[in-house]
Amino acid sequence: MKKLRDRVAALLDEGAVSLVIGYEEGTKRPRPLFCRNSESTGKLIFDSRCFHNLAVYVTKKELVGKERFAVTAPISTLRSILQLYVENQLSEEKLLVLTVDLNGELREFVTFEEILAYVAQFEMKRGEREQEILSKIEGMTREERWKFWMGEMSHCFKCYACRSACPLCYCTKCVVEVNRPQWINPWPSPISNMEWHVNRAMHMVGRCTACGACGDACPVGIPIDLITRKMMEDLAPEFGFVPGQPAKQGNALSSWKLDDREQFIR
Amino acid sequence: METKYISRDGITQWFEVIVTSGKRVYAPVNSHGQVDFKLVKSLSEVADDYIQTTQSIKASVYPKAEVLFSYEKEHGKVNLTDFDPDTIPETVLWRVHPCDAAGFRPLSAIFNWDSADKLHNAHLIKTSVVSFSCANADESCFCTSVNGSPGNTSGSDVQLTVLPDGGAIAEILTPKGEALVALLPSVFETDRGDKKEQYLVDLPARFSLEEVNAKLNKAFNSTVWKEQSERCIGCGACAFVCPTCACFDIQEDVHGSKGRRIRCWDACGFSLFTLHTSGHNPREHQSQRWRQRILHKFSYMPDRLSVVGCTGCGRCSRACPVDMNLLEHITSIAKQ
Amino acid sequence: MSNSTEFEPKIIAFVCNWCTYAGADLTGTSRLKYATNVKIVRFPCTGRIDFLLLLKSFAQGADGVIVSGCHPNDCHYTSGNFHARRRWIAFRTVLDLMGVDIRRIQYSWVSAAEGSKWADLVNNTVADIRALGPYAEYQKVADYLEKEGFDEEA
Repeated sequence: MKKLRDRVAALLDEGAVSLVIGYEEGTKRPRPLFCRNSESTGKLIFDSRCFHNLAVYVTKKELVGKERFAVTAPISTLRSILQLYVENQLSEEKLLVLTVDLNGELREFVTFEEILAYVAQFEMKRGEREQEILSKIEGMTREERWKFWMGEMSHCFKCYACRSACPLCYCTKCVVEVNRPQWINPWPSPISNMEWHVNRAMHMVGRCTACGACGDACPVGIPIDLITRKMMEDLAPEFGFVPGQPAKQGNALSSWKLDDREQFIR
Repeated sequence: METKYISRDGITQWFEVIVTSGKRVYAPVNSHGQVDFKLVKSLSEVADDYIQTTQSIKASVYPKAEVLFSYEKEHGKVNLTDFDPDTIPETVLWRVHPCDAAGFRPLSAIFNWDSADKLHNAHLIKTSVVSFSCANADESCFCTSVNGSPGNTSGSDVQLTVLPDGGAIAEILTPKGEALVALLPSVFETDRGDKKEQYLVDLPARFSLEEVNAKLNKAFNSTVWKEQSERCIGCGACAFVCPTCACFDIQEDVHGSKGRRIRCWDACGFSLFTLHTSGHNPREHQSQRWRQRILHKFSYMPDRLSVVGCTGCGRCSRACPVDMNLLEHITSIAKQ
Repeated sequence: MSNSTEFEPKIIAFVCNWCTYAGADLTGTSRLKYATNVKIVRFPCTGRIDFLLLLKSFAQGADGVIVSGCHPNDCHYTSGNFHARRRWIAFRTVLDLMGVDIRRIQYSWVSAAEGSKWADLVNNTVADIRALGPYAEYQKVADYLEKEGFDEEA
C-alpha cells in the first residue's frame, strides 16, 4: 500500500499525470477516489475488497480532462480497459495503468500489450453467488425461467443504474434517449423492462467482461449481471473469443465467420 | 388522538380483520435478501427483522407508471377516458417506518403547491398508514437531523410501538386510524402507561437543519459541489428509492389511433433531465446536478414549501453504487 | 375453409427484398396455395432487421415470427445476412435464457427461385405454431403497463 501511495504521489508531483483514479475507504466498503494532488494520496487503498469498476470513469472526458491520467485497476477494471482500447476509446499516451499483483508488487502498464499479457494469466470464473443463481436458472424449464425473469422485471423501475455503472455503456446518446422512434419505453412495466434488458444484453455481446458492476448497482437487487455473464459464457465458444479478453477478430456482432452455426435455420 | 394497548395476539387478529375487510394490505416482505412492500394476506408473510426496505412507499400515492388519460380516435372524433378516482382500491400500508410516513408531507407539498394533483390526492385519500416506531437504526439513518425521530407520527394514521411482550402501544392519530381501529375495537385495551420513548432507538442528530440551510444559501458557487460529486455516475438510483423525490416524465403510449398518456418517475440526476430542445443544457455537469439535488431538498423546499425535502431514511446512501453518502456530504457542508 | 373455432395463429414474417420477398412473389405467380396466416414485412436486407422487432411483434399479438433472407454468399449487399446470422445466434441465446419461447421464431434462407420452399416454410410454421397454441403467456403482460402501483406477487 505504501509503495502505491508513494508512487502515485510522485507521479502527481512530477506532473506525469494530472489525476489518479483509485479507491478509498467508504461507509461500508471501498469507494472511488480522485487524487489530483499528492496530499490526498494518503487515503488510497488497494485490496481484494476493491470492487468498483473504475473503467466507467475513464471515458468521462469532463472528469479526466485533456492531460495524461492514471488508474489503479483490479482485474475487472483491467479487462474493461482492454475492451475500451480495442474500441478506440482510450489511447496509450493518455492512460497509465497501475495495479498490485498477487504477490503485493506494484505493476505499471503503459501499453495495451502489457495489460493483455498480464490479464491473460487470470481465468474468468464464476463466484459463489453467480454459481448459485445461475445453476438454479440452468435447472429450470422454459416456463420457470419466464416466471423467474418476469418476477425480477416487475421490480425494475428503469432507473438505468445498470447502464450508468457499466464501463462499456459510453454512448453519449443511448438508444433509450432517442424518441424518434421510441424503441424502448421510458416507463417501467414488466415487458418493456425485459425488452430493455434484452437490448442491453445484445449490445454487450462479445464486449461484456462480467465485472458485475451492473448487478451491484441495481438498487432493487435484480441479478442482471448474470444475463450478460451467461451470454458471454455461451457465446464465447460460438464466436471464438476468450471471455475477459478482447476478440482478435473484432467485436462479435460486427464480424462473422463463414461457418457460424446454422442448424436452427431452415 | 388516543393511546391504547394491543397484545401480540390482538395485533394478529386486527391484521386479519383488515385483510378480510377487503382492503388491499401492503407490508414488507423478505424475498431473497431484499425487503420490499408487497401485497400480503397474512401476518406470517411480513418481515420484521430488517432496518429499512429497499424501496420507499411513495409508489402507493405516486405509482412508478400511471395512466393520466386514454383516448381513441374514430372518424375525426376523439373519445377521451379520464383518470377515474373510483378505481383506486382502499389500501392499508402496514409496518411503515416513521421516516417513510413522514415522506407523505413533502410529497403532498410538491403535488399541491400550485394546483391540486388529481391522481396523487385520489390515492392519498384511499390510503391508510399503520406505522411501527423504530427500535433499531444503522449508520445510514439520520431522521433526527431532519425534524424527524424514530417515534415521529407525521403521516401515520395509527402508530404501534412494539413492547418486549410482543404487544404494542397503539397511538390512534386520525379519523382514518379510528376507522381502522373500529374494525376490531375489542383488541384495543386501555393504555397501560408504558412510556414510548423507552422503546425507541437513540439516534443523536448529526447536523442542524438551520445551520445547513444558512450555509447552503451562500454556497451556490462553492467548489464543494465538484469535489463531492466526482464519483457520482448519474444513475438515478437515489431519486428512485427516495420517499420524497417526485420528479416525473410524461410519455405517450400510442398504438395506431388509440393511446395513453403516462406519467412515470424521472430523476434530476440524469444528464438529459434539463436538456432543452435547442441543445442547451443548463445543468450539463454532474456537479451542477448534484448541487441541484442538495439545494432542492435542503434549501428550496424549506424556503418555498415550508417542509424539508428529506426524511433521513438513508435509502439514497444504501442504494448508491458508489457510496455518495448524503449524510456525509451534508455534515461536511454544515462544518464549512 | 378453416374451422372457425380452431385457433388460427397470427404470424409476422420479416423478409429481405431481394431473395425471400421475390421468392414469395414466385410462389404467387406459380399459383401455389399456402396458409394465409402470414403478414409479410419487407426489408432491404436481413441485416437491417432489428432484434427487438421480433419481440414487439409478440407484444402486438403475433403468435409466431418468420425471419428469412438470402442464402449465405448470395446477399445482395454481400454480407448483410452474415451479420444477421450472428445476431440471430446471440438473440436466440438471450431469449432462451429469459424464457421466451424460441420455437415460435422460425429462421430460414429462401432464395428468389424457391417459391415452393416459401410455401412449405409458411405451411410448416403455421402448423407448428397451431400446435403450440396462442402465445398467451407473453400477451398477458404485453399491455406495457403494470396493473398495480406496487409489485404484485410474481
